[in-house]
Amino acid sequence: MARFLPFKVAVFFTVLFFMCTDFICCNNGRRVGESLETELSGFSVPLEHSFELDDTGKFQVRGSLQLKPGREPSVSLTQNQLSEEDRAKLKEVAAVDGLYRIRVPRVFLQADRQTEWQMEGHLTAFVRACAMVESHLSDVITLHTDVSGYLIGVSIVTIPGACRGTEVEDEVDLEVFNTTLSIMAPVNAPGPETALFLERMEQETEKKGKNPQEQKSFFAKYWYLILGGAIFLMISNSAQPPAGGGREQS
Amino acid sequence: MGKLILLLLSLIAFCNIVAAVFEDQVGKFDWRQQYVGKVRFSHFDTHLQSSKKVLLATESNVFAALNTRTGDLFWRHVDKTGPEGNIDAVLHHGQDAVLVVGNGRVLRSWDISVGGLNWEIVLDSGSFQSACLVGQQGTVKHAAVLKKSVISLHYLSNGHQKWIENLPESETVNYQAVHSGGNGQVYALGVVPHSHIAIVAYSVEDGEIIKQISVDAPWLSNIPASCAVIGQGMLTCVDSTTMSLYTLDLYQQLQMTQIPLQALGLEVDPDFHPYLVSHQPNPARQPLSEFLLHLGPDHHLLLQLNNGQVVTLRDFKPALLVAFATTGEKTVAAVMSPKNKTACSINLFSAETGRRLLDTTLIYTVDPTGGKPERLHVQAFLKKDDSVGYRVMVQTEDHALTFIQQPGRVMWTREEALSHVMTMEMVDLPLTGTQAELEGEFGKKAAIQDGLTSMVLKRLSSQLIMLQAWVAHLWKLFYDARKPRSQVKNEVSIENLSRDEFNLQKMMVMVTASGKLFGIDSKTGSILWKHYLENIPDNAAFNLMVQRTTAHFPHPPQCTLLIKDKDSGLATLHVFNPIFGRKSQVAPPVLSQPILQSLLLPLMDQDYAKVLLLVDDQYKVSAFPSTKNVIQQLQETAASIFFYLVDSSQGRLSGYRLRTDLSTEQVWEVVIPTEVQKIVSVKGKRSNEHVHSQGRVMGDRSVLYKYLNPNLLAVVTESTDLHQERSFIGILLIDGVTGRIFHEAVQRKARGPVHVVHSENWVVYEYWSTKSRRNEFSVIELYEGMELYNSTVFSSLDRPHAPQVLQQSYIFPSSISTMEATLTEKGITSRHLLIGLPSGGIMSLPKMFLDPRRPEIVSEQSREENLIPYAPELIIRTEWFINYNQTVSRVRGIYTAPSGLESTCLVVAYGLDIYQTRVYPSKQFDVLKDDYDYMLISSVLFALFFATMISKRLAEVKLLNRAWR
Repeated sequence: MARFLPFKVAVFFTVLFFMCTDFICCNNGRRVGESLETELSGFSVPLEHSFELDDTGKFQVRGSLQLKPGREPSVSLTQNQLSEEDRAKLKEVAAVDGLYRIRVPRVFLQADRQTEWQMEGHLTAFVRACAMVESHLSDVITLHTDVSGYLIGVSIVTIPGACRGTEVEDEVDLEVFNTTLSIMAPVNAPGPETALFLERMEQETEKKGKNPQEQKSFFAKYWYLILGGAIFLMISNSAQPPAGGGREQS
Repeated sequence: MGKLILLLLSLIAFCNIVAAVFEDQVGKFDWRQQYVGKVRFSHFDTHLQSSKKVLLATESNVFAALNTRTGDLFWRHVDKTGPEGNIDAVLHHGQDAVLVVGNGRVLRSWDISVGGLNWEIVLDSGSFQSACLVGQQGTVKHAAVLKKSVISLHYLSNGHQKWIENLPESETVNYQAVHSGGNGQVYALGVVPHSHIAIVAYSVEDGEIIKQISVDAPWLSNIPASCAVIGQGMLTCVDSTTMSLYTLDLYQQLQMTQIPLQALGLEVDPDFHPYLVSHQPNPARQPLSEFLLHLGPDHHLLLQLNNGQVVTLRDFKPALLVAFATTGEKTVAAVMSPKNKTACSINLFSAETGRRLLDTTLIYTVDPTGGKPERLHVQAFLKKDDSVGYRVMVQTEDHALTFIQQPGRVMWTREEALSHVMTMEMVDLPLTGTQAELEGEFGKKAAIQDGLTSMVLKRLSSQLIMLQAWVAHLWKLFYDARKPRSQVKNEVSIENLSRDEFNLQKMMVMVTASGKLFGIDSKTGSILWKHYLENIPDNAAFNLMVQRTTAHFPHPPQCTLLIKDKDSGLATLHVFNPIFGRKSQVAPPVLSQPILQSLLLPLMDQDYAKVLLLVDDQYKVSAFPSTKNVIQQLQETAASIFFYLVDSSQGRLSGYRLRTDLSTEQVWEVVIPTEVQKIVSVKGKRSNEHVHSQGRVMGDRSVLYKYLNPNLLAVVTESTDLHQERSFIGILLIDGVTGRIFHEAVQRKARGPVHVVHSENWVVYEYWSTKSRRNEFSVIELYEGMELYNSTVFSSLDRPHAPQVLQQSYIFPSSISTMEATLTEKGITSRHLLIGLPSGGIMSLPKMFLDPRRPEIVSEQSREENLIPYAPELIIRTEWFINYNQTVSRVRGIYTAPSGLESTCLVVAYGLDIYQTRVYPSKQFDVLKDDYDYMLISSVLFALFFATMISKRLAEVKLLNRAWR
């Protein structure tokens, strides 16, 4: 029963969401291709970036992350193009080896209500601005969650990652972000593998059991040694009496 | 299970790694020192006149007996740590010592001659207040234990309870003291603060209440702090607010008599709480009617209570410490008074008359590198002419014990501060004079200044000095060879300290909780220098850093100790020379702000001192040393200086970058919600670690490259939910520069305490599995893959591909206390894990057994790679214990340092004891064995040489003969 109730609430909210988003959908001009499910139960948070010549953090919206909570959370990203002005600034920042930073707000992905997911503060990460330029804005952003679904960190790398000082001539290369986005939850660390080990042991003993050589009894295996020992003893015994007799005489 | 173990044994038999020592090697490379801790109670064994025992009960929950002639331990009993093993009281009578342990939980009796346990009984619960021996008609047969609400009497012979009685009105009255005067009664003394004293007298025979009265005492709040029983059952108290002595006859209980101190012509020092010290030489008799009144930090009085009248026998001022001692029928008071700045004199006074005894002066030289004397323990004895002789044991603030005999000969000193080492470093010893001479000659400064001729002269002179040293060395060898071996002693002193051939002898710099620093020779364990830092807070955290090693002659080596108060965060720096222990001339900066982080940069100033960066709570950075040169270097490299801060209370990990104006900017942030889990440890790698091989050769001859990120941090978290089904341990591998999370794993149904070792490309951690109720080890290894991204240089900013993560877990049959990895000069030698077990063993476990690539099914390739097939249990093999029978009690930390030999790693385990040894993880591959046959090899060589000569000659002759033919 306890499991049912939140589920019902979730259904209720998804319906509510559906109704709300349906209305808004008409006038914000989103792409049609996006699946309906993400729209249904997910929520969006802004992905912000900052690149300044004096390295002060002036974050502007770069795009929005569509987060779909659940047992296996998924994420998608819609982002704006870089304006003419921003492109020039990014190149300038790259020239002085400044930083390109991004941030996302801290969210809780397992929350049912909108009021619960938002938390105080942001998570930030950075790459060198030159790497951003030289990779033609192709970056990989990873969001990390903890066990219970809190977003704990964000990381960004560019591919290729190096700054070689190659000049980016074509302005068009710096217009569109080519972003690979993923969300990572912690993996379960393995415990000691006793079951498999024991199974293997059993197999081995079985194998041994099948092998007729192993099944032989002690005497069957070492009869020649025992026989040899016995003969040796007999010979030495038969040799003994004269020696003993000799001792008696003296 | 049996089969499992059998198979394991057979597996292990394959790989033959033996780390044990031979019998004749015992004590050759290793030493152990045993300590007891800060002394709380001490009793000299007066049972026999010739006895040379002193019993010590310490704050480290240790009960021990020392030899008063040498200071060595006769025996030692180490109880549980924490309040459970806390020694509340020691009652010493004859051959027995009765201890109340664990807030009155257990009563134990020890036989002091051999240290055996006579008996032990568990007492009823209740917080312990006081205990005393109870005597009757001259013999002592019982011990009384007073608890919050009950009083019980026990037989000394077997510990059985004679009777137990509830204390009347124990809800309102705080019973604090118990007294017995040998008259068949036991008095429980209680107080209702600022109201009255309650006195209950019990019969020793059956525990019947004989009398029960209360006397008004509105000024009294704590009996043990201000009262004592003196003479014929006179309870005497001193009160600082009314400036009076109060006496009350316990037998007649009339009323408290007030004796104003002014009437005796006495005055209490302002802000000093006066107290009384009485003396009861025999528990079966009344205490002495003479007592000590402590009126000020250096003001003591010997008073006598006679028929309700207080008489001043002697006024000791200035007197630092006073103590009573009894031998035979004579009782004396030993008084320590300051003589001059460096010495104190101790004198004996007769307790009965207050007269000074002749020829009893003893000079105690105050150690300038130690603390002030804190307590005096006096051993008095009767000389042949019936006069009183004595020896004293002085306990100082730095927890040292010094045993002194007349007229001032120090018989032994024990540095008990070493029972609580907080952190340590090993520093290379300096070069010898001649080596230093050569260094100086070829130093670059010298070469620029001098011309050719002076250089030649210098060369000749240094060559001459070396010849001289060599001749001296030869002479010493020859001289020593003639003496019997036992007499040849290589005394180590600070003057003849020098580095040995393989740098195996080092200086151990140890920082102890009391604030005393020690320099210990790692070869012999002798203390070469000590330095006491005063005013160290109790909860201080220490961080010891080597700023300049001995490699930069003529600049002296330099160590910096950061002492931080954990509550306020305020820190101080102590800069010193680690070889001589002297405080450095360099003035450390005054730190007015709380310090969050300290980092030692690889940058050096012009004097080759590494730069120490200190980050305060305003995220401002200050450098030490902060010369112009350093600031300039910092500004140049600021963009590549990153650091991280951990705030475990908020679960926040944040990264910062240095700006050229030495301010900082936050560049990344990771927040782990504290509702779910809390950060328990963050481990980076050691900066002096070298990794020789970049990869591992696989069975098919390809190479699997290691992921060697020097900035990698292993963050361990524990769940806040401690339910055994839901508790977990989290492992987070995070880059300290970029904040990028490489790996996040959760060990479910697991609980701490977690011990972590992080080195090379692996992290090993140990935890408690709540599901299977056992200790488990887990190992994580990181690999870059079959190709290296950038083989020349590693940069956290340019490694886009995440490493491959392999993990495997094992069962470990014991809990562990601490863990560390071996470290060698070049990192060629295979690694071992040094595991300190609660049993006192130090185990050296080959890292080979903790390898996530151990295959479950053996294949041709894994055999080629020498991988051990996977077995879930790691077993403890006795030959892996590097400390054979030298148990290290309560090991808290293990320190490893490389030596000049690649095969050898120096190990120091510290806890209550200190143990130093060497380990050879891959055996001694670069050292010839002790029994190497030089004679055989050289004789074979010579024989071959002559054989060739002769045969050559013969061949020539033969050739010549043939030519003639």
